[in-house]
Amino acid sequence: MKGWRELEIGAVTEAGSADEYNTGSWRAFRPRWIEENCIQCLFCWIYCPDSAITVKDGKRGEFDYKHCKGCGICAVECPGKKGKKAIVMEEEGK
Amino acid sequence: MGKVLAVTGNQAIAEAMRQINPDVCAAYPITPSTEVMQRFASFVANGKVDTELVTVESEHSAMSACIGASAAGGRVMTATSSQGLALMWEMLHIASGMRLPVVMTLVNRALSAPINIHGDHSDGMGARDCGWIQLWSENAQEAYDNLIQAIRIAEHDDVRLPAMVCLDGFIISHSIESMTFLPDEVVRDFIGEFRPKHPLLDVNNPVTYGPLVLPDYFMEFKRQQHEAMLKAKDVVLQVAEEFEKVSGRSYGLFEAYRLDDAELAIVVLNSAAGTCKDVVDEYRDRGVKVGLLKPRLFRPFPYKEVAEALSGAKVIGVLDRAESFGGFGPMYMEIASAMMSNGTNPVMIDKIYGLGGRDFMPEHAAQLIDELKEILDTGKVKLYKDYLGVRE
Repeated sequence: MKGWRELEIGAVTEAGSADEYNTGSWRAFRPRWIEENCIQCLFCWIYCPDSAITVKDGKRGEFDYKHCKGCGICAVECPGKKGKKAIVMEEEGK
Repeated sequence: MGKVLAVTGNQAIAEAMRQINPDVCAAYPITPSTEVMQRFASFVANGKVDTELVTVESEHSAMSACIGASAAGGRVMTATSSQGLALMWEMLHIASGMRLPVVMTLVNRALSAPINIHGDHSDGMGARDCGWIQLWSENAQEAYDNLIQAIRIAEHDDVRLPAMVCLDGFIISHSIESMTFLPDEVVRDFIGEFRPKHPLLDVNNPVTYGPLVLPDYFMEFKRQQHEAMLKAKDVVLQVAEEFEKVSGRSYGLFEAYRLDDAELAIVVLNSAAGTCKDVVDEYRDRGVKVGLLKPRLFRPFPYKEVAEALSGAKVIGVLDRAESFGGFGPMYMEIASAMMSNGTNPVMIDKIYGLGGRDFMPEHAAQLIDELKEILDTGKVKLYKDYLGVRE
């Protein structure tokens, strides 16, 4: 480990280093994506307070469970299709 | 040389800020703030400076905006007083912990309750441990000179810490006295260009400010701050030497007044030092060996140098314009720490004076010197901590 003389002053660090940490381990509830009910509105991506919805070519893919903390905001905001949610929350460990 | 003008302390500070021409100022300019920012705002409105003035909804936000602007890469200044500084308290630690050289004027005023905004050092002393460099000023001239020097000190590569320049509320901030201003170009050349470290606006080199640092690394960052404070002492002297070349005015870590052969010594900050020096002269005329030490740099505190300057004193009276209820005043504690390592073992008493703008008159200084002399003659101390100028 580095001593105080070797560290950058003020704890200024490289940008985006939170990506390296597995903060998804805090999760008690796990969101499950049901693709057939998804209309690709990307509300989940907009509302996610982390960056746990992966998007490629304008379409969402699987959750980034390394960073998803299971807050459930995406499941609440998800409009789904014909009354059926595309995101549901399930207890971890079940 | 520059112009000699009769101005208030607030005008002197606003004028220094105009000459410094910071990139960003963020402030909440109502009571208990002084007219410093109001005057500076008129410079902004009249195009006399290039500063982006951010008017915010509280002093907490003012310091937050200063921190953001400084991390972005700007030279940043603000001013506050009293409750305003108290409300900034949380963010003061953020500025110093992120090593952002924000420079702030603190017009020292009392803290409520009861409500009082007159001259008192409780605000600045309350911020003693926030990691800011503190320069204290006896009068408008010193406040102006200290503010210009503070820019250089705070931004120095060995330091990179925020700095506050303190002057007494009302007694200096609102009183008119004659002082000498430096020409604009002299100030501009003296402070030079600000070179930010890791500016957030450098989008090609993105960085994170204020990350979570857990027990495995937190202490290392605090140790760095301590180191920067240790180095700041030398930088203060270097900058003072350069400042003397452009201004003709000499500054040190403190002012030692008739202290060389003094048996009795007074230690006092800011405006009351002026009153005390007059009374010291009167007692000197009567053959009493009394002198005075007026600290200029309070954080970092120059323990060794102060102890050396006071090494001949047998009895020391420390004046504190701030209370530490149930403890000695903050200045007394520093002087006691300094003298402990010195081995000369003087008798030291603490006098709390001038709270909430209570006038400190020459007779109060005389009362203190009489008591110091009595202690020298009898070896007896009535009270180690007492009030001066309070009604029984």
